[in-house]
Amino acid sequence: MHKSMERIKQMVIKEFIHILRDRRMKAIVFVVPFLQTLVFGLAVTTDVNNVPTAIYDLDRSQESRELAQRMTASGYFQLNYRPDSAAAVEDLLDRGKVTMAIQINRGFSADLRRRKPTSIQILVDGTDSNTATVAMDYASRIISKFAADEAGGGRPLLLDVRTRAWYNPELKSKNYNVPGVIAMVIMLTSLLLTSMAIVREREVGTMEQLMVTPLTPLELILGKTIPFAIIGFLDMALITVFGVLVFHIPIRGSLVLLPLSTAIYLLSVLGIGLFISTIARTQQQALMAGFLFYMPAVLLSGFMFPIENMPDFFQYLTFANPLRYFLVIIRGLFLKGNGLAILWPQMAGLLILGVAVIWFSSIRFKKRLG
Amino acid sequence: MKILRIKAIVQKELIQIRRDPLSLAMAFAMPAMLLFIFGYAITLDVNRLTTIVYDRDRSSTSRELVDALVASGYFTVVRSAEDGRELDDYLDSGRARVAVSIPEHFSLDIRTKKTAPLQVIVDGSDSNTATIVLGYMTVFTNLFSERLGNVKITPLIDPRVRVWYNPELKSQHFIIPGLIAVIMVVIAALLTSLTIAREWERGTMEQLIATPVKPAELILGKLIPYFLIGFIDVAVSVLMATALFGVPLRGSLFLLALLSGIFLFGGLGLGIVISVVAKSQLVASQISMVVTFLPAFLLSGFMFAISNMPVPLQFMTRIIPARYYVTVVKGIFLKGSTIRFLTTEALFLTAFAAFVFAVANRKFKKKIV
Repeated sequence: MHKSMERIKQMVIKEFIHILRDRRMKAIVFVVPFLQTLVFGLAVTTDVNNVPTAIYDLDRSQESRELAQRMTASGYFQLNYRPDSAAAVEDLLDRGKVTMAIQINRGFSADLRRRKPTSIQILVDGTDSNTATVAMDYASRIISKFAADEAGGGRPLLLDVRTRAWYNPELKSKNYNVPGVIAMVIMLTSLLLTSMAIVREREVGTMEQLMVTPLTPLELILGKTIPFAIIGFLDMALITVFGVLVFHIPIRGSLVLLPLSTAIYLLSVLGIGLFISTIARTQQQALMAGFLFYMPAVLLSGFMFPIENMPDFFQYLTFANPLRYFLVIIRGLFLKGNGLAILWPQMAGLLILGVAVIWFSSIRFKKRLG
Repeated sequence: MKILRIKAIVQKELIQIRRDPLSLAMAFAMPAMLLFIFGYAITLDVNRLTTIVYDRDRSSTSRELVDALVASGYFTVVRSAEDGRELDDYLDSGRARVAVSIPEHFSLDIRTKKTAPLQVIVDGSDSNTATIVLGYMTVFTNLFSERLGNVKITPLIDPRVRVWYNPELKSQHFIIPGLIAVIMVVIAALLTSLTIAREWERGTMEQLIATPVKPAELILGKLIPYFLIGFIDVAVSVLMATALFGVPLRGSLFLLALLSGIFLFGGLGLGIVISVVAKSQLVASQISMVVTFLPAFLLSGFMFAISNMPVPLQFMTRIIPARYYVTVVKGIFLKGSTIRFLTTEALFLTAFAAFVFAVANRKFKKKIV
C-alpha cells in the first residue's frame, strides 16, 4: 500500500514536470480559464440594451421629441440615426446599422392633443430573434406608458400584476453565466488535457516505458488523472475568486459544498477523458473526440438554453450529461444559497454517473494496456 | 514555388488523412451534429415554463386566470400549491421557474371593480428567460383586464410592429447561418492547428527539412487537403440548413461560396500559424481554443449581439474574422445581401487571409532547434 502510494506520487510528479516544463503550457493552464471567464462575463450578455435605433420623425413636434427622449432615457435604445426618408430607413436596416427603426407619422401630436388614437410604425430586424423579441417588448412598454401619461391617467386596469425576480433581482446575465463558466472550463481543460496527455505517451512511444515499470494499471490511471484533477481544482478556485472580485457574483451557499461537488463532478469528467484516450490513437483524434463530446455537452446542459424548452428525447439525453447536474449545483450554491437538503439529488446523480464512467473507462483502459 | 512540390505535399497529406479515417469521420460528423442540435434540440424561444400556482381564492375567476396563462403557451403548470412555503420550495429547488400567487378575495375585488393584486415571482437567475416572462406579464395583464372588464381599452398609441428578415422570429433562422461560421472555425482549429506541430513532435519534420520543399510550398500543400474537407463541410451545412431546417437562402450561392472560400483560407492559415509557433500538439490545441474557437463562438455576433457588449470589447470584435464572416452568412441567407452591402467584410477577409499566409511563411523556419 505504502509502495503503491509512493509510485503514484512519483508518477504525479513526473506528470507535473511534463505539463509545466513547457513555459507556455504553464501559462495556458491558468490563462485560458481566466480569459474564458472574462469573455463570458463581458460578452455573453443576453441582457438587451443600447439597441441601435433609427428614428424617422415626420411629425417633428414636442410630443415626438418627448417620446424619442424617453426611449433614450430608458437605456435600452440608442438613437444613432435620424434618417429623412423611408428609403434611408430601409438602407440602415439592410446594412445592419440599426436593429430597430421607429417611424412617427405627420399628425401624431395633433392626434394626441385631440385624444384621438394614433399609431407608430416600428420596424425590427428579426435576424437576431432574441434581441428583437426583447427590444419589441421594451418599446411597447415605453410607448404604452407614454400613451397613458398623455391620456392623463384614465381608467385603471383591473389587474395589477406585481412581478418580482428572485435570486437575481437586477436580472444580470453575468450572475447566471459566470458560475456556469466554472463548470465549462473544468470540463474543457480536464477532458482535453487528460485524454491528450495519455494518448501522447502512446503516440510518442513512451507508454511502453511506463509499462515496463512496476506501476500497476490502476496506479497509472491515478497518476495520469490526479494532476488534472488538481489543475481543475485550482481553476475552480481561480475563477471563483475572479468572479467574486471582478464581476461581483454573489456566493450565497456553503463554501464547503463547492469543492465537494467539484470533486464529484471531476470523477465523470476525468472518466470521460480516460475513455476518449482508449478510443483515440493520436492526439488529433483525442482532440476531436473531446470536442465531439464537449460541444453537445455544453449545448444540452441548460448552460444557455433551458432544458425544459427541448423536445422530450433531448431532455432525457441530458440525464447522461454530468454538466447538467453540476450547473444546477453550482448555480444553486452561488445564486440561491441552496444547501445539501435541496442539492442532494443532483449530487447523488452526479456521483452515480461519475462512478459508472470511471469504472467503465478503467476496465477499457486496462484491457488496452494488456 | 514549384507546383510539383506542392502536389507532392498534398499527396502525402491526403495519404495521412486517408490512413486516419476516424479523424476524417469526426471532421464530417461535427457539422452535422452541431446543426442537428441547433436545429432540433435547442431554442432561445421561451415556452413551457415550469410554473407553480398558489390559488388562495379558488374561484371561477382565478381558474380562468390560470387557464388563460396556460393557453398563452408560455407556461406549464407543474403544481398547485397547498401553502405558501411550497412556492419557496419549488423555486429554490428549481422545480418551477415561475410562481403565481392569487390572493384571497381576488374574485371579490374583480366583481366590485377594485384593482386586484396578483403576485408573480420569477426565478431571475436565468435573466434572459426572466426578462421575457416579465415582458409577457405586462401584455397579459392588459389582455386579461380587458376580458374581465368586458371592455376594449383602446390605447392612445397603437405601436404597429413589423419584423423584417425573420418575421416569425425563429431563433433557428438566426442561429443556423451563424453556426456555419463557427463550424468552419472549429474545423480549422481542430484540423490544421495540429498538422505541423505533429511533424515536429514525431520527428518527421527533420525529414521534410531535408527535402528541397520551400516553406510556402509546404504551407500550401498542408492547407489544400484541409481546404477541401472544410469546403465539403460548408456545402453540407448549407444544404442541411436549407433543405432540412428551411432557413431561406435569399442571396447568391456563388457569393456565399466565394466568401466562404476566402474565410476558410484565412482560418486554416491561422491554424497553420498556431501550429508553427506551438510545435507541441497539446499547446497548439489550447492556443487554437483561445485564439479561434472562443472568439468565433462568443464575439462574432453569432448568437450574442455585439451591440450589447461593453465598448472596449466591441472594438475587439473588429479584428475577429469570424465576425465578418457571420455578417456575410447571415446577410446572404436572411437579407439576400449582395456584394455591394458586403464590401467591407469581403475586403477584411481577403486582407486577413493574405496577412496570415505571410505570417505563416515568415515564422516557419526550416531549421532544427
